[in-house]
Amino acid sequence: MKKYTYTEKKDTRSGFGDGLTELGRTNPNVVALCADLVGSLKMADFIKENPERFFQIGIAEANMMGIAAGMTIGGKIPFTGTFANFSTGRVYDQIRQSIAYSNKNVKICASHAGVTLGEDGATHQILEDIGLMKMLPGMTVINPCDYNQTKAATIAIADFDGPVYLRFGRPKVPIFMPEGEFVIGKGIQLTEGTDVTIVATGHLVWESLQAAEQLEAEGISVDVINIHTIKPLDEEIILKSVAKTGCIVTAEEHNKLGGLGESVARTLALNTPTPQEFVATDDTFGESGTPDQLMAKYGLDAAAVIKAVKKVISRK
Amino acid sequence: MPTTQQLQDFTQQVRRDILRMVHKVSSGHPGGSLGCAEFFTCLYQEVMDYSTDFTMDGKNEDLFFLSNGHISPVYYSVLAHSGFFPVEELNTFRLIDSRLQGHPTTHEGLEGIRIASGSLGQGMSVALGAAEAKKLNGDDKLIYSLHGDGELQEGQNWEAIMYASAKKVDNLIATIDLNGKQIDGATDDVLPMGSIKAKFEAFGWDVIEVKEGNDIDAILAGLAEAKSLTGKGKPVCILLETMMGNGVDFMMHTHAWHGKAPSDEQLENALAQNPTTLGDY
Repeated sequence: MKKYTYTEKKDTRSGFGDGLTELGRTNPNVVALCADLVGSLKMADFIKENPERFFQIGIAEANMMGIAAGMTIGGKIPFTGTFANFSTGRVYDQIRQSIAYSNKNVKICASHAGVTLGEDGATHQILEDIGLMKMLPGMTVINPCDYNQTKAATIAIADFDGPVYLRFGRPKVPIFMPEGEFVIGKGIQLTEGTDVTIVATGHLVWESLQAAEQLEAEGISVDVINIHTIKPLDEEIILKSVAKTGCIVTAEEHNKLGGLGESVARTLALNTPTPQEFVATDDTFGESGTPDQLMAKYGLDAAAVIKAVKKVISRK
Repeated sequence: MPTTQQLQDFTQQVRRDILRMVHKVSSGHPGGSLGCAEFFTCLYQEVMDYSTDFTMDGKNEDLFFLSNGHISPVYYSVLAHSGFFPVEELNTFRLIDSRLQGHPTTHEGLEGIRIASGSLGQGMSVALGAAEAKKLNGDDKLIYSLHGDGELQEGQNWEAIMYASAKKVDNLIATIDLNGKQIDGATDDVLPMGSIKAKFEAFGWDVIEVKEGNDIDAILAGLAEAKSLTGKGKPVCILLETMMGNGVDFMMHTHAWHGKAPSDEQLENALAQNPTTLGDY
């Protein structure tokens, strides 16, 4: 099995910030908007280099989404930045009418998604955002897994015409993906195995790789797929894998209702019903704690993936 | 330049379209549409500089955004008679497979529409974005927008109103249709808003009051004054005092026709009050 290692940890939000800075240098139509969270979204370098293309909106997310929609009229490519909670639930109707239904080329960039936001607690830890966004017709939903992939995704979505929800997080996590190209909607085969498929997104990709190594040592051969794009879903890579393994675990830092797992389950139900287990939060809110504590308590770590794998194999 | 009489004739045609459109499908919003017929006529027949060769970006054109999307009948009629799409298409209003949806949308590619509206309170933010994009593009044309007075109860407006003055968005003329009515009754009964003028001024806007919001000359004078105030560091608001249902006697002085269509007899009566036609669809 292919082994993944890392020498450095970095937050995915820094990947966003550095990607945005690069876009500032290469794409004159890119503009950035922020609702009073410049530091958290790592937007300082873009702002320093392109002050005229940065719009500080203040604590007014609904207005930010509307302004972003309006700026596309005139050819701008707006990147909005705030926490995932305030990027989705707080402004759902604005996104629905002014961005998605109006098909505006807005990039909704959402940091601090999920429980790994940590100590601020459940008010800020949205676990429903993937569901909210994937239900909107025409919305592309992307949840990259590490610094490199987030940076590449940030750059890639500028060249894609249409509304995009880009979800990333707060904590420092291993950098294990190569730098470079990001193809929207194309899953990445990380390991080749025959006993079980693990389809993971975001922070759960690294946890799944850790799980796969331990399972390999126990003689269980694992196919790990990095699904950075939840919508449109790369059904081909998933169906190809389960044709080989006959069972699947989905893993995400999100409610089991409405997330990647349900999208995969739908694909399987329509094509090839397959035993599936869900590593996801169990229809609950989060709470205060460190990211590691919360990932363990809410069943979002390598141990939870291993448990799900053993269960799903027993169901084959 | 069209004469006042020509603009009045145009307005009467728009009224006829509004009445016939909502009558045909027994749904839609005639009251606010009729109240703003003169305003739309002035904007599209005299004030705004635009091309009917529609592009979404509208570079080097004046742009208009309708925030209170339920008055789509007046918008559609004026766009059609201004040359954006065939007048005959008004016949499809609210029907299945139509580009003329109940509330305006870009979704079916209707020329002249640049954003969906209907869910209230979102249009000013969109107009601000378009205004900021014009500034970035070095485009000195203006952004016009229209909002209901009841719509100001939506909080997003106040985020936008605060932003506009703070960021000196001075290429925007936002008009408030001050008809004093909303679905459940008078705005003063549903949720009294006090002085809207004082509120806009407190938020740092230049405010122009047009007391005769159904008078062509008064509207043109108000819009000209508003235009003269643009480019001076402040956003500009027009408080347009209109009569809901204007031009049809039994639809005036009441909120009852906010979202109700006339019967066959009522339509006949209303059309008789507005006999001038440039050619019905």
